[in-house]
Amino acid sequence: MKLLIILITATFSLFAFTSPDAMEILDKVDRNMSSRNRIFESEMIIHGRRTSRNITSVTYSEGNKQSFTEYLSPARELGTKMLKLGNQLWIYSPSTDRIIQISGHMLRQSVMGSDLSYEDMMDDRKLTEIYSAELTDNEIIDNRNTYVLVLTTKVEDATYFKQKIWVDTERYVPLKQEMFAKSGQLLKRTSLSEVKLIQGKWFPTRIIYKDVLKDGEGTEFTMTSIKFDQNIPDYIFTKAALKK
Amino acid sequence: MGAGLRTWLNVAVLSFAFVVIIFYNGMLDGWNRQGRNDTIAWVTGAGQFWHPGFDRFDPYTFQDSHNLLSPEIVSEVEKKNLSPVLVSQATAFPQGRSLGVILKGIDPEQTILSLPSSALKDEINQDNAIVGKRFAESANLKKGDKLLIRWRDKNGTFDAREVNIAEIFNCDVPEADNGQVYLSINNLQKMMGMQNEASYLVAGENNPVKNPDNWIFRDLSFLLADFDKLILSKRVGASIMQVFLLLIALIAIFDTQVLSIFRRQKEIGTYIALGMTRIQVVGIFTVEGGTHSILATLLGALYGIPLLLLINKTGISFGIGQNMNITLADTIYPYYSLKLIISTILLVILSATIVSYLPSRKIAKMKPTDALKGKLQ
Repeated sequence: MKLLIILITATFSLFAFTSPDAMEILDKVDRNMSSRNRIFESEMIIHGRRTSRNITSVTYSEGNKQSFTEYLSPARELGTKMLKLGNQLWIYSPSTDRIIQISGHMLRQSVMGSDLSYEDMMDDRKLTEIYSAELTDNEIIDNRNTYVLVLTTKVEDATYFKQKIWVDTERYVPLKQEMFAKSGQLLKRTSLSEVKLIQGKWFPTRIIYKDVLKDGEGTEFTMTSIKFDQNIPDYIFTKAALKK
Repeated sequence: MGAGLRTWLNVAVLSFAFVVIIFYNGMLDGWNRQGRNDTIAWVTGAGQFWHPGFDRFDPYTFQDSHNLLSPEIVSEVEKKNLSPVLVSQATAFPQGRSLGVILKGIDPEQTILSLPSSALKDEINQDNAIVGKRFAESANLKKGDKLLIRWRDKNGTFDAREVNIAEIFNCDVPEADNGQVYLSINNLQKMMGMQNEASYLVAGENNPVKNPDNWIFRDLSFLLADFDKLILSKRVGASIMQVFLLLIALIAIFDTQVLSIFRRQKEIGTYIALGMTRIQVVGIFTVEGGTHSILATLLGALYGIPLLLLINKTGISFGIGQNMNITLADTIYPYYSLKLIISTILLVILSATIVSYLPSRKIAKMKPTDALKGKLQ
């Protein structure tokens, strides 16, 4: 009996020694994915039923409260700007020369027909703030060892009740994410790839968002250039910058 | 009657205008009555109590516009005098497509609206839903199909589940059908995390609740305002057409009168020579012209009554109601009110009398001696 207890204790101790704490992993992911500020140029490819659209833009963001995006192409979207301050979002359209505030439930609408909502783009709270994590498995994704974490919300206003996240065991970058509804229904899947070391942070520069409830190939989001912790002038995050 | 065949041509044209005016206005009245009755039966009830922030045409108000049902309201709901409705935005995914829908939670026991809400009862291991024929066609759904819907609860957290299409109803009111998915209110309250709450209350005919706290009463004139405006705009369009039709008939009468006075100068001179005043002669000619309208009314009645009664019985099917976003039944049954018939008769008689009088005024300026000789004046 004593031997059995010793064996069980030893097994648990070994497991505890080899498996890192799930919240610790999540914290490392947060540290990689967040920065004081960032400037990036991106290309968004929205795959529709018949055609695909490419939208390029440059984004300035500071923490999770402020961000400013200017669309560079296609010609129809050129000059369109989006400003996010806290929970508010404004869009400037050069064709009408007007600033429109997107508020409340309009934030849940799709951004330019993509698989992303304005809220998805705006909700960049740290995962450790929203979820409690549980390490459930280890898997290999794209020839990389990953920790499989199941995240369950610990706040009331999380967009997704549950997430499953595959985290690179060396770089602490998510390589795949699945978002679930309260009922357990899988809603969205994201694949993150082309992980690069930028200013000491491992960062995925290509993300494919897929709304699994509808047909289609999803939306590809590629960051063509990214810089962290830059000096962004304060005026960028003002409504006046929208009309400049 | 001296104009012979011309008289009968005038009478025929005027009677045609008379019958068409009654028919067209009867169709509009029939559409109006059916549309109002259908909207009351399927959507509005005898009136509604709204949460102060609720706007049925602004889905962005739905999320924050819901009130707790007070014991007084719950008691009236049980007596079937009120029926609570909870409203929320959602997305449906039929065959992998995404469609924006409005989820409406209704009481399966309600009897105020014609919705087949009883199909929402008997949920054993499944969530039942009812949808309208238009929505079912656009989403390619059949009774018994499963429909995946995704929504956000009161905190904004996504949830999704499959519902069973328990019934597909056919109604002429697009507002009750297009993009609407009806669930049991208890179910939707649980899904949204809004226990015992509703966005608005539909009132029945005998509702005794007048001004409950935190609810604003919307009467039928408010709820049917858009439909009333639509009918009014159709009436304006129709009246232009009717004026033109009437004008053609009146011009013919006017022309006949001018010719008649020109050809019957000796007769006019004789009347005056026999001692009639000019006003009396003008009166004779005006009455004669006006008689066209009496004859037209009689002729119109002769073929119009059986024709209009037949249309009233069979109705007219346009076959476009389901495809248009307006309340329009497949078959419209015209409604000929006494007011419509009398006002049309008066319109025809009055306008025909006026156009008969206008050329007759010339008689007052005639010299009796020249008129007797038949001299041109």
